[in-house]
Amino acid sequence: MTTTKFIDIDFSKIESDRMRLNVGPQHPSTHGVLRLEVELDGEVVTNVIPHIGYLHRCFEKIAENMNYQQVIPYVDRMDYISSMNNELPYVMAVEKLLGIKVPEKVEYIRVIMAELNRIANHQIAVATFGLDAGAFTPFLYLFRDREYILWIFEKASGGRLLFNYFWVGGLANDVYPTFKEDVLNIVKQVRKTNKEIEELLIYNKIFIDRTANIGVLPADVAINYGCSGPVLRGSGVKFDLRKDDPYSIYDRFDFDIPVGTGEVGTVGDCWDRNIVRMREMEQSCRIIEQAVAQMPDSGDVQAAIPKKIRPPKGEVYFRAENPKGELGFYIISDGKDKPYRVKGRAPSFVNLSVLPEISKGYLFADLIVILGSIDIVLGEVDR
Amino acid sequence: MTYEEIHKILKEKFGDSVGELVNNPPSDPYVEVSAEKLFDICLELRDNPELDFDYLMCLSGVDFPENLQVVYHLYSMNKKHKFVLKVTVPKDNPKVPSIERIWRSADWHEREAYDLFGIIFEGHHNLIRIFLPYDWEGHPLRKDYKEPETYHGMRVPY
Amino acid sequence: MEVFNIFDKLLGENILSALVSVILPLIFLIIYALIAILGELKISAWIQERLGPMRTGPYGILQPLAEVVKLIQKEDIVPAGANKLLFNLAPYIIFAGSFAGFAVIPFTAAFVPAEINIGLFYVFAVGAFAVIGIVMGGWASNNKYSLLGAMRSASQMISYEIPGALVILSAAVLANSLDMQKITALQSGPFWNWFLFGGPGDWSKIWILPFTVLLSLIYMVSSLAETNRTPFDIPEGESELVAGYHTEYSGMKFAMFFFAEYSNMFIIASILAVVFLGGWNSPFGSFMSGFWWGIFWFIIKAMFIVFIQIWLRWTLPRVRVDQLMYLGWKVLLPFSLVCFIFISLYRIVY
Repeated sequence: MTTTKFIDIDFSKIESDRMRLNVGPQHPSTHGVLRLEVELDGEVVTNVIPHIGYLHRCFEKIAENMNYQQVIPYVDRMDYISSMNNELPYVMAVEKLLGIKVPEKVEYIRVIMAELNRIANHQIAVATFGLDAGAFTPFLYLFRDREYILWIFEKASGGRLLFNYFWVGGLANDVYPTFKEDVLNIVKQVRKTNKEIEELLIYNKIFIDRTANIGVLPADVAINYGCSGPVLRGSGVKFDLRKDDPYSIYDRFDFDIPVGTGEVGTVGDCWDRNIVRMREMEQSCRIIEQAVAQMPDSGDVQAAIPKKIRPPKGEVYFRAENPKGELGFYIISDGKDKPYRVKGRAPSFVNLSVLPEISKGYLFADLIVILGSIDIVLGEVDR
Repeated sequence: MTYEEIHKILKEKFGDSVGELVNNPPSDPYVEVSAEKLFDICLELRDNPELDFDYLMCLSGVDFPENLQVVYHLYSMNKKHKFVLKVTVPKDNPKVPSIERIWRSADWHEREAYDLFGIIFEGHHNLIRIFLPYDWEGHPLRKDYKEPETYHGMRVPY
Repeated sequence: MEVFNIFDKLLGENILSALVSVILPLIFLIIYALIAILGELKISAWIQERLGPMRTGPYGILQPLAEVVKLIQKEDIVPAGANKLLFNLAPYIIFAGSFAGFAVIPFTAAFVPAEINIGLFYVFAVGAFAVIGIVMGGWASNNKYSLLGAMRSASQMISYEIPGALVILSAAVLANSLDMQKITALQSGPFWNWFLFGGPGDWSKIWILPFTVLLSLIYMVSSLAETNRTPFDIPEGESELVAGYHTEYSGMKFAMFFFAEYSNMFIIASILAVVFLGGWNSPFGSFMSGFWWGIFWFIIKAMFIVFIQIWLRWTLPRVRVDQLMYLGWKVLLPFSLVCFIFISLYRIVY
């Protein structure tokens, strides 16, 4: 399938007065409080300067004054739409420092929760991406489904958005009795809606025209900029920490890594980044099904850990595959009950830095689509 | 490649600028390098086909009681190996060469370290604050940081 | 000449009959706008598996009234750097342009507010008036988003007038008239006499049948673009331009833009209904036809087209500005030209 080339004019050759447009911090499609200083030549973007920090609360400084367990709620608030995925690398980093192993059941529940949250995150990403392109209805279909996932989280942890569910050495509490059935129902529902979304949005001619061949990010540039997650995989790089640097029990499951193939345009365009997210939801469904089948019914949900967590002196960098990319925590312990230094390597922060590189020379409407395809959460960018 | 092999290659090439490999689990092994040679070492790490570190995972500043430290976590997409570099600089003259030209991801990470720790990355094309307002005073992640009473007439402590 | 305005007959050709002829469409427009707003809310809710407004009145049917009351109460803000005169004038110019179109809409066989024999041409002329208002409002707001929206809107509306006008020209060639009342009257009889199906005539019209169907589709698309409805709502594309040319407007002035949009939707729907769907004619020949049935059929047909516009809005994504121009100049214009030539040839031969 090929797309029509609409304009064969080289915009860079047409010179006119430049206009500086301030997009944000309050703007419908900056996905939070991001401010973009855009230089426009007519409708063509000639430069973009992102200004971030409007949500900065210096989580790293706060973490230095909290003990290890108390940091978890702050970690939740980094990427607030995939909190389970944020907690996972943090607790695993601390567990690695402590040198403890969590019970089998905990590992399975963590994986199921993380994958459910990955689906929820990708649903928001695809929904808001559609909204950026002007399609409102798929947005509500996906939000309806996300609600079902949030119900499971609410039943299990008590929170809809910020869970504080994964604790160092285990979980806050065990899951409820009908957990497995609920999860399998969700998987069914997600597959059904995804099929609908593919027909309604993904393969819509207008949507393809809007997103294919736009914001092309070549693989080498993506790696050099440190991009990860769907942004990197959209450029055709088969890199997923769940496979390439396995953590938890991901090596026990059979799943594929979807990559961008340039199905309707160029490899690494906005459409590819979006379709990677769609396909990843399917892979997450597969992981969940396998995990539910293998999960032991009984068992402890807390490993035996000392009451006060005092890791030995040392440092650890632990990374995990967040829905948005590689989320790493660099924790330095000085032997006390509070971390000496916690650094969060936020995927949105790094992915956003590539925006000026890939949006030059496209039209202003494309800039919004490109920004939507990167899928940032400002809570994580600003930390 | 293991940490030891990578360390050996670097040691052969750069001699005394590369420190000993420190390995005490569960911490990741790391190598201290001198600030003067950092840029060349990073270039070697990226461009040597045996090492092929094309991905800078993380760049973190750390404030120790005596000095400041910058930690580089590197990864190779093709060879799937990791490496950790550390650079220690004194507090009164915290200057580290910028590696932004080698890995573009260092651009914002270095701005962050400058913003929060006051580490100056020499050769960075646009070393300005990234999270805090451009006219903010002080570097909050330093252990001796005292937050100002007011900022433009607004009370800061909340 | 036959007198089409029933009030001229009843009251005589004086100022009173003229007033009644003007006020009736205005009342109709207000009622229609309230219904259309409610329709938009409810249809979008239905498409999106929501309930829509449910609190104001039974099933939320009073919601549009509540919104009007809210808009009237709102503070009327004029930005500090705005050109006050043009800023205040713009919404009324836009509304005046769209309301003026109602002058020639034939609601039924015996009532058209102003009887002129170049009705179609007139609708197009006053419809183009809206561009002035939009550019005026966009420029006077002293806001870059408004300016960008106005620039886009001007190029878009002017580009899409051309295929639209060609469609109307073809219809005029077929009907031998620009008078909307005459065009409607020509299509009397069963529904295969509508111009959508080639118009009245013998079996030879089978030659132009594909062209008339295509023409009606072209008019549908280009009129969507002319009224800035999704998928062509790029002048106010909220994800990039916040609200386009009416970013800075609030209160009643915003309501005027809103009102003008709905009234424009009805005007293009009624042009489509008159030119291609037989206007106030019953689809079943003489069955269910007459003065009151005429009003019924006309409004049903127009509302169906308004429904299609709402339906499209909640289904499709938005196109980009260059894609819009591509569609207008490189797709719709050649196709409408081809249709026009074939229909003219048909008229010469038969």
